[in-house]
Amino acid sequence: MAMKSTNLTINTLKRMFKEGKRFDDRKLDEYRKIEVSYDVSNKAEGSARVKIGKTEVIVGIKLAPGTPYPDSLDKGNLMVSGDLLPLASPRFESGPPGFAAIELPRLIDRAIRESHIIELDKLVIKEGEKVWTVFIDIYPLNDDGNLIDAACIGATAALKKAKIPELNENGTADYEKKAKKELPISEGIEPLSISFFKLGDSIIMDPTREEEEACEARITFGLSKWKKQYMINSCQKSKEATFSSAEIEKMMEMLPKKFDHLNEKLKKFF
Amino acid sequence: MKNKINKVQEAEDTEEIEDTEEIEEAEENEAKTYVSEEVKKRKVVVPGEVIVTGEDYLPSDGTKRVGKDILANRFGLAEEAGRVIRVLPITGAFMPRRGNTVLGRVTDITFHGWLVDIDSATSGFLPIEESPRFISKNEMDQFLAIGDVVAAKIMGVKAKGIDLTLKSKGLGKLENGFTFKVSPNRVPRVIGKEGSMINMIKEKTGCSISVGQNGWIWISGENIDNEIKARKAIDFITEKVHMEGLTDKVEEMLNGN
Amino acid sequence: MAIKRTDGRSLTELRPMIAKVGVIPNADGSAIFSFGDTVAIAAVYGPKQLHPQHMQDPATGILRCTYDLLSFSVHDRKKPGPSRRSQEISKVTEWALSPALDLQGFPNQVVDVQIYVIQADAGTRTAGINAASMALAHAGLPMKDLICSVACGKLDKDIVVDLNKDEEDFKDGEGATDFPLAKFATSDEFTLMQLDGKIQPERVKEVIEAATEACKEIYEVQKKALKEVVKH
Repeated sequence: MAMKSTNLTINTLKRMFKEGKRFDDRKLDEYRKIEVSYDVSNKAEGSARVKIGKTEVIVGIKLAPGTPYPDSLDKGNLMVSGDLLPLASPRFESGPPGFAAIELPRLIDRAIRESHIIELDKLVIKEGEKVWTVFIDIYPLNDDGNLIDAACIGATAALKKAKIPELNENGTADYEKKAKKELPISEGIEPLSISFFKLGDSIIMDPTREEEEACEARITFGLSKWKKQYMINSCQKSKEATFSSAEIEKMMEMLPKKFDHLNEKLKKFF
Repeated sequence: MKNKINKVQEAEDTEEIEDTEEIEEAEENEAKTYVSEEVKKRKVVVPGEVIVTGEDYLPSDGTKRVGKDILANRFGLAEEAGRVIRVLPITGAFMPRRGNTVLGRVTDITFHGWLVDIDSATSGFLPIEESPRFISKNEMDQFLAIGDVVAAKIMGVKAKGIDLTLKSKGLGKLENGFTFKVSPNRVPRVIGKEGSMINMIKEKTGCSISVGQNGWIWISGENIDNEIKARKAIDFITEKVHMEGLTDKVEEMLNGN
Repeated sequence: MAIKRTDGRSLTELRPMIAKVGVIPNADGSAIFSFGDTVAIAAVYGPKQLHPQHMQDPATGILRCTYDLLSFSVHDRKKPGPSRRSQEISKVTEWALSPALDLQGFPNQVVDVQIYVIQADAGTRTAGINAASMALAHAGLPMKDLICSVACGKLDKDIVVDLNKDEEDFKDGEGATDFPLAKFATSDEFTLMQLDGKIQPERVKEVIEAATEACKEIYEVQKKALKEVVKH
């Protein structure tokens, strides 16, 4: 178990944020350097590695034929899972998943699903009987804060590169054969997770682990573009502190700008 | 108001003493980690590797003798100082030793003393009688409350825990400023030869700085900008620990804005 | 005539190896190791307090290994969470590594080794052991030696080293024998032996010899990666 932030540090960070300062010289709403690479696993149908500063997450996409859900017989399935492996941080424990490990894939699931970036209706193999299930699996390799935003970039990146395997005659997937068909993706949607963190009266973005630990609340938005409009697809406020209506308005103003800014940074990787 | 002035005075006093303390500490470290006159060769070795062969050599920390050979017993920097061979760790977790100064956070108060998290495998315990002055059982939390940060010295390392003391120069509760962590193996570099590095940072930023062997560092300055400057210099050192002319680079950094 | 390996390697040739330490900044020690398309990553945390308390040993620190496949490291997605297979491999990995460690100075404590396979193409446990051995050294722990590991085997009548996935599925003649081994890098003490297939007892000597030669090469790769930590 790593040592917790001291009150001295929390108070110092509070003062610093109030003056718009951070230890690494970033502006309060500035992200660290983002890097995306691909082909983490050649056994995955698509995979990506995302680094934001020292935070590192890998995401893999697997496709497998399965049965559709009774309420969506004409659509493929989406399943997002992930684990906060004790590999990535002294704070992650072995054993049953803690709340953070449950929350992370759920937030990514909502951001991806509701953005409709995956054209699930094109993933039907035989209507009512057989569809593709898209599995998104998320694993942090090193946690230095802001895992959710990093994971979502990884999911979007990996989806964009994912392929659909060929089918064997008996209906199973032929993973040996090189897949050529691309996963049906709606272009221009680019779902991203954008999180705001609050300490005292200050709101910051992309915290390091030290900063994140000091923060008293987090609010994560899943944002995408739909018919050229910005759309919030998901949202979750976490931890005890509150956000005022003025703060919410401020964040609403910032969201589209941040979305464009991040997508601009990510363009060269996508 | 009067109280406040007293506090500042106190803080300054401690700082003065701390300085000497750290230099002592630094010298100790120097001897351990940096090339002193008599050190001939240094090289990185892996466990099991033969460092030197010959009956004349004496195996010290991190080594063992097998026949005529002296083998590395851990990964690190093998150092030949006269006939003495040792391997200094360059990576890994903090291994507490008697006499180390560490920074820690008070996590609980018991009937007999304070539990202090010093970021090592076992937690630290500061017995009430190891406070620098008499503390009665019912004023323990006024002296050190849960969440407070202390600089303490390790008196002993036992299977069940680490015993701490405040009965030495420059130890005690740290007020104002902030703490952060660096890799414990980088601490000697942060302190520098005879405290040269840390003293330069203190001088150029006007900050009080306390460095624990467990990698926890406390900085407190007149204003946030100076504190940030000091922290950035230390982060730079720990990132670029193998850089040539590091001291000059740090000085340049501190002279700039 | 000896069989031809599908990837054109000679019988005693290892797949290309890549090794690097310090890949997980949060960990006390970490490393990545690959044999061809098999990639394993390992992180070491500790020594730290062992919980639950009843598992503590007041005489010595203990080593605890976790090995698993990431869900997308294999063609048929692996369900997250430990399987019987991964639990068995975790345990034999622990036994493969602990003889090299000296944890007597850390009573009641534990050293946690986390090994995950990112991409699997046979030899995942051996790649994992190689990564873990480097990560343990990188964590600065007292160690007698590095541990090197390789899956040797027999394809029909030929002894080969470092089987890939195709070779594990080899069916001709006497078929495929998978024989993962681990040993001390600088002595002939073996710390892991498992076997699947069919092999004559008198031929095991050849396997031991082949593994010993292969481990020399693995050791050089591990050593080089560790020494690169200090760049001049």
